[in-house]
Amino acid sequence: MPHSDSSITGVSNEVDKLLHLFAPFPASVIPLLQEIQGHYGYISETNLTRVATYAHAPKSTVYSVATFYSQFRLTRPGKYLIRICQGTACHVLGANSICEHLEEQLGVKVGETTGDGLFTLESVRCLGCCSLAPVMMIRDETYGRLTRGRADTIIDAYRNRAEK
Amino acid sequence: MSRVTEVWVGLATCGVAAGAELVYSTFESSLAKHNLPVTMKRVGCIGMCYNEPLVDVVTADENRFTYGHVCPEDVERIVTEHILNGQPVNELLIPADGFFEHQVRIVLENCGLIDPEVLEEYQRHDGYKALQRVLSELTPAEVIEEIKSSGLRGRGGAGFPTGVKWGFAAREPGPEKFLVCNADEGDPGAFMDRSVLEGDPHRVIEGMIIAAYAIGAPHGYIYVRAEYPMAIKRLKKAIAAADQAGFLGENILGSDFSFEIKIKTGAGAFVCGEETALIASIEGKRGTPRRRPPYPAVSGLWGRPTNINNVETLANIPWIIRHGAKEFAHYGTEDSRGTKVFALAGKINHSGLIEVPMGMSIKEIVFDIGGGVRENKKFKAVQIGGPSGGCIPAKLADVPVDYKSITQTGAIMGSGGLIVLDEDTCMVDITRFFLDFTQKESCGKCTFCRIGTKRMLETLTRICDGKGVPEDVANLIELANKVKAYSLCGLGQTAPNPVLTTTKYFRNEYDTHIIDKSCQAHVCKALIYYEIDPSACKNCRLCTKQCPAQAISQGEGDHQEIDQSVCIKCGQCYEVCPFGAITIQ
Repeated sequence: MPHSDSSITGVSNEVDKLLHLFAPFPASVIPLLQEIQGHYGYISETNLTRVATYAHAPKSTVYSVATFYSQFRLTRPGKYLIRICQGTACHVLGANSICEHLEEQLGVKVGETTGDGLFTLESVRCLGCCSLAPVMMIRDETYGRLTRGRADTIIDAYRNRAEK
Repeated sequence: MSRVTEVWVGLATCGVAAGAELVYSTFESSLAKHNLPVTMKRVGCIGMCYNEPLVDVVTADENRFTYGHVCPEDVERIVTEHILNGQPVNELLIPADGFFEHQVRIVLENCGLIDPEVLEEYQRHDGYKALQRVLSELTPAEVIEEIKSSGLRGRGGAGFPTGVKWGFAAREPGPEKFLVCNADEGDPGAFMDRSVLEGDPHRVIEGMIIAAYAIGAPHGYIYVRAEYPMAIKRLKKAIAAADQAGFLGENILGSDFSFEIKIKTGAGAFVCGEETALIASIEGKRGTPRRRPPYPAVSGLWGRPTNINNVETLANIPWIIRHGAKEFAHYGTEDSRGTKVFALAGKINHSGLIEVPMGMSIKEIVFDIGGGVRENKKFKAVQIGGPSGGCIPAKLADVPVDYKSITQTGAIMGSGGLIVLDEDTCMVDITRFFLDFTQKESCGKCTFCRIGTKRMLETLTRICDGKGVPEDVANLIELANKVKAYSLCGLGQTAPNPVLTTTKYFRNEYDTHIIDKSCQAHVCKALIYYEIDPSACKNCRLCTKQCPAQAISQGEGDHQEIDQSVCIKCGQCYEVCPFGAITIQ
């Protein structure tokens, strides 16, 4: 679960610790953003500013980097991040129908988070598991040979896990 | 029969996704329960991803029995029948299907056979012997000469001769130089680099050290995709082990050569596969390419001489040094020496990772190794080279896979993604798919790439939506040629290839979409509709229950009916009908 980000002192110390893992140069901007996102699940405006100050880079530059690379997220994701693969192999084997099915089941579009904050649905370019297409990844777990039914079972398992 | 001593489980990303972790732990507990002195080993991907999860049962005389599609329920049976009683479970063994017979494994020689996280395993398979030979017997110039005469060309896509490239960086003044391994495998449909990094990471590291010695670089970077967490983890472990063993660091193996490797994780930008964009990204900037010259060999990372090679290129190096350039050049064709690793995927029976001598025909790859098209459907085309590549039609299946022949078809060799397409693939839709990709990944620097790809995508989307007009195809081709001509980097120069090859080889499909408003592959939703055949419908209502849009209801008579105004064309009714009563028009 991503930690909540507020301006309480504890958090700021936590961020400082992350920042100090890298040298304070503009060249550290990408790994710094990756570290922050790895910890909080996204990059808040406050943290983006902290990265800029620490790395001696203009805030506009850090923002331009954060929006250039598809990895970075500027809004808080749900507890479980679902990344549905839209690579070539997945595409020709019906990834679209799985994706549409998930949109319908979760009641969100790609890029959105469910109202209960449990799931964020994202599409990715290729997870490199083409031989098991269609594929999706939830957190760091990869699920292959998907059908609509199998996708439902997997989502239900996460929902149950969250309830416990 | 010889005693079983080891059990290997394929635990690369593909194996894990198929459930191999559970198979591994079930084996562990079963072996413990029976108190059997058998060693468990975690291996990488052997390439037969279509049979995952894969388990090898290995005997003392080194016979390997390979089980495929192993579920946790099968484990107890394999343990009691095979390991305890010496009787292989024949029905679970994978049948001989010709998958390996036509392959030549240089880059993949250890993948699936060694534990990638154990340095000694790599060393037992002649690991780091090439490095020892290089440091004790060869000068940097001799190493470059050897690679030049092997004929090795860059495996990342462009196919530039590797030895020549090293020569450029070697002649620049030092001492600050960089050697970068490009592991930003961005092509959708390609997983060669992932498998090599996960299955045999030390091989890439050894290749890097040799390359760095040849050009005189003390610093190395591996730029690897963030989407490959397992590859990153194994690389980190391998670098630490190599460091510990004295293959990295100061005065490697007692020589005066020192070299260190750092890992840089990519952040998801396809254009960073381009050398100058990759350099910008390591420097912490937006990954936009810049004009060349100066080439990276002269002014690259931090303005220093930099040599960038792809994972597969570097993975070839130790083998070439150990076996000699001549032995390597013996494989392949006149202009394309050695082998090429391909990721076979799509509508093919044996999807997985293969390595073949250059010059093998597409037909041999698809049918002899790949086992043909799934469900005996008709082979339509292969898509080679990812979004920068093109579609080669079935009628050209005799074309040999080498740099020259592939380029002549209008596609490119690319990094090695090979997606098989069948009669159910719509060529207009697949082209739209690739343009959607390149349009989103265009960094926006060059006008033709930024706007041209967008306009091509809009045109293709319109055609798929049934709103195409006759002049669309000519406009597409004209724009494609302009984007190709007026873009700075490889992304823009190759992005139009899917348009150019499909309009060349599959023009009739564009015409049916535009003129007849029909999609013969039944992919483009705007051009199809579902209908229930009253004479075949048994009124079981399975479709009605399945329909997420409540578009199906009782018709007049003993059959169900689809309300076309409500139908979302998801096709679930078509899949669920046991009587084949639902047809696509």
